[in-house]
Formats: sequence, C-alpha cells, structure tokens
Amino acid sequence: MRKSLSNFGFYIVGFASLFLIWYAASAWLVSSVLFPTPWKVLLKAIELALDGTLWDQVSVSLMRIASGFAGGTLIGIPLGLAIGSFGPVRRLLEPYTEFLRFIPATAMITVAVIWFGIGEGSKIFLIIYTTVFIIILNTAAGVSAVAPNKIRAARSLGAGPAQVFFFVALPATVPYILTGMRLAMANSFVTIVAAELVAANNGLGRMIWDSRMYMLVDQIFVALLTLGLLGFTADRLFRWGIYSFAGRFSPVT
Amino acid sequence: MSLVELSQVSKVYRSLQGSDYVAVRDFSLEIQTGEFFCLLGTSGCGKTTVLNMVAGFEPVSSGDIRISGRPISGPAADRGVVFQGDDSLYGWLTALGTVEFGLRMRGPPAAERHRKAHHYLELVGLRGQGHKHPSELSGGMKQRIQIARVLANEPQMLLMDEPFAALDAHTRADMQRELKRICRSTGKTVLFITHDIDEAIILADRIGVMHAGPASKLKGIVEVDLGDAERERTHDRFVATYRKVHEMIRDEVAIALQRAQ
Repeated sequence: MRKSLSNFGFYIVGFASLFLIWYAASAWLVSSVLFPTPWKVLLKAIELALDGTLWDQVSVSLMRIASGFAGGTLIGIPLGLAIGSFGPVRRLLEPYTEFLRFIPATAMITVAVIWFGIGEGSKIFLIIYTTVFIIILNTAAGVSAVAPNKIRAARSLGAGPAQVFFFVALPATVPYILTGMRLAMANSFVTIVAAELVAANNGLGRMIWDSRMYMLVDQIFVALLTLGLLGFTADRLFRWGIYSFAGRFSPVT
Repeated sequence: MSLVELSQVSKVYRSLQGSDYVAVRDFSLEIQTGEFFCLLGTSGCGKTTVLNMVAGFEPVSSGDIRISGRPISGPAADRGVVFQGDDSLYGWLTALGTVEFGLRMRGPPAAERHRKAHHYLELVGLRGQGHKHPSELSGGMKQRIQIARVLANEPQMLLMDEPFAALDAHTRADMQRELKRICRSTGKTVLFITHDIDEAIILADRIGVMHAGPASKLKGIVEVDLGDAERERTHDRFVATYRKVHEMIRDEVAIALQRAQ
C-alpha cells in the first residue's frame, strides 16, 4: 500500500514536471503567441468544454475509433486464431498480413476517401485497417506460444479437440490478444488524427486543422492535450485489463 | 494381471536432414495392476520417450502398447500424466478449477465435481487452498495440484515424468513420502520416470533400468522388496538395493557421458 502510494506520488511529480517545463518554456524561453502557456490552454479548454465544442469533436473522434476498433478486433481475433491454429490457413493468409501490414493506414487515407467518401465510412475503414493486422499477428503468436504440455495435459484429462481449443488455447491466448488490442488502440489514435486532418468535417484532427487557419494556437493545444489524455486513459484501461486477467500468471504484460 | 503391456516397441525420429535417430528399440515391459514401476535411466536414454508413447502423445514407430489388453490410440483419460514442470498448469484457473478440469471435460454434474475436487485437494494436502492460482503456490504445491488434478479424473494409471526433479531436496523428500501414501490409499498403478536411484528405491515396487541411448531398451529389472522402515537411505537393505541398481546403471552412465562428448 505504501509502495503504491509512493509510486503514485512519483507519477504525479512526473506529470507536474512536464507542465512546469512547458510553463517555463512558454513564459520565458519562447515568449510568443505561437506557444501558449499551460494556463492559457487550460482556460481555453474550459471555455470549449462549457460551450460544448470540445465534447462534440471528442465524441465524433471517439465514435470513429470505437466502431473501427470494434470491427478490427472482431475480424482480427478469429483470423488470428485460425492462422495460429492451422498451418494451411497461415500459409494462405500470410501474404495478406505480411504485405498489407507494411502499408501504413496513413498512406491509405486518400484511397479510403475515394472509396468511402469524406464521412464516417472512410474513417471506420482506416481504423479497421490500422487495427486488424496487429491483432491478427498478436493473436496468432499467442496461439502458437501455448505450451505443448498444456495441451497434452488437457488431452490426457479427456478433453477433445474442441474443448482443448475453448478451454486451453483460447484462455492462454487472451493476454496476447489484449496486448494486440492495446497496440492497436495506439495506432488508432495516430490514424484518426491523420485522417481527420486530411479529410473530415469534424473531429479532433479537423479541430486542429481549422484552428491553424485562424491561428488559434491555444485551441490546437487543447486538441493535443485532449488526444494525449484520451490515449493515456485508453492505454491504462487496457493495461489494467491485461493485468487483472493475466498479470497473475502471464509473462506478457 | 498386467495392466500395461509394451511389446517390441521402437521409436524412430526423423531429423530435418533426413537422418534417423532411434530413441528406443524393441522395448518390452509389463506393469501389473496396482504396481509402482520406476523406469530409471541416464539422461538421453529415452525414458521420457517411453512415457510419451504410453501416454499417447507420440505414436510408436513399431511394436504395440496395450492397456488392459486394448491397443492405445492417442491420449485418453484412463492414463493421467504428471509433468515435470509447471507449464502444464493453467494459470487462469484456481487450484479447485484445475482439479475439476478433467471432470468438467467429461460431464458429471457440478455438485459431484466439487465433492471430488475437494476430496482430492485434501488428499494431496491442499485443504483450504482451492481458491489460489498457480502463481500463488510454491513448486511443491504446484506438483500436488498436478497430482490431484490427475487423481480426480480417476484414471486407471498415473504416468509421472520426473515430477519432483525440479524441487529442492527437502520438498522432494516430502513429496516422495506423500506420493507413497497417496498411492497406497488409492491403489493406483504408476509408471514413474526418474534418473535418481534413491527416489526409485524409496518409491518403487520394481525398478526397470534402461541402457544408455540411443536405441535403448531395458537392461534389467530390480525387485524392491522393502518395508517402509527399510526405505530409509541409511538402512542396510536400502544400501544393498542401491548397490544392486547402481551396479546395473554404472556402466550406462559412463557410456552416456562418453557419447555426450
């Protein structure tokens, strides 16, 4: 308890120092309207939060991430399980995963907009695209990392192939799946901002782009901080999920 | 009556280069119902290969293995396996869930599962530890869980592959005593693999000594006709049995060392 309290203390100090350095830099080092102080950004954030603008943009971006991420996860997990379990499936699908995962989602933005328009379709496609490969790879790696003795033990306890899959291979793979989802979530943030910068009517990326046109630098910073905060929260949730499911036994954290 | 019959069993592995490695050749053995049989051999002599074939994990290259007169086909619930390491345990299950696992796969109702699981947890000395996960248990307790998990499934026999080799000396001695007690109270047939002469004498009714690998088979069998008090390392009859076994395996150890170089 004392240990976790002091860990938490370090955390707070770490974050505080970030803002202190920012403050020092913006107040004395580069005193300019182009680099607002934390205080000014905070005031702007409160203003945007109160008039609803911030929440509108955040919810739009988060909805895009959530639906694309859910889609990518639902497609990625079964494919990863199949690739990890069956050699022929792996050989059949490896050209897709090994080729496409090297084409970044940001490079696909233009194509996505041409295909699916400037609205939600292209964003969700891009998030699925940026999510799915990393989840496939992690899931497949998890399946093939299941210790053979786990499967042998189940077989000699009377489990059939389907039972081995559902009661041994699948739970043993969950930490890997969660790790894949965590990495995919980070990718989703990168992709959604890039996509909204290039082609969107709303969202946090668009907010940054619009603010630039009117030189609203403090508003840009509000968007940046919000992104950092959202990403941080999402990542913590996954870390917590991985820990509470797997932390007690798994080497993957 | 013999429960397990291995006749003229051979196992050949084909390496990636295409050359064959004969692990076991013309291995024959009968284990009686209720017997505790230790298979003793130097490292690399193929004793684990024999166990894996009896367990059904690996097919025989030639010869056949019968349980109660019926040829085996793959692993099945009539042969429970206790592994050396803890990587066969399921980290996401509690001790109770682990011991219930086999029963859950095979379908008796929850109440009966619970009753049996608790019974066997208690038998292996883990009463009140059922809620713990493997990571919260010591090495010795993990092996107890493995034994309880297999016993709860009520197999015809136990196959144990050096189950105590990774434990410290005190825990090992403790576990040997416990296993002896458990086997006596359940009357299980056991095939136990070890490279430790002491362990074999403490546990076994008969000890089968293997030749050094490759292409290994049984060199001979030593009957261990000792009472409980005589299974102490310092007892004269223990020492006499030790000499007998040691005589048989000494040359094989030398050969194994020579081949390793």
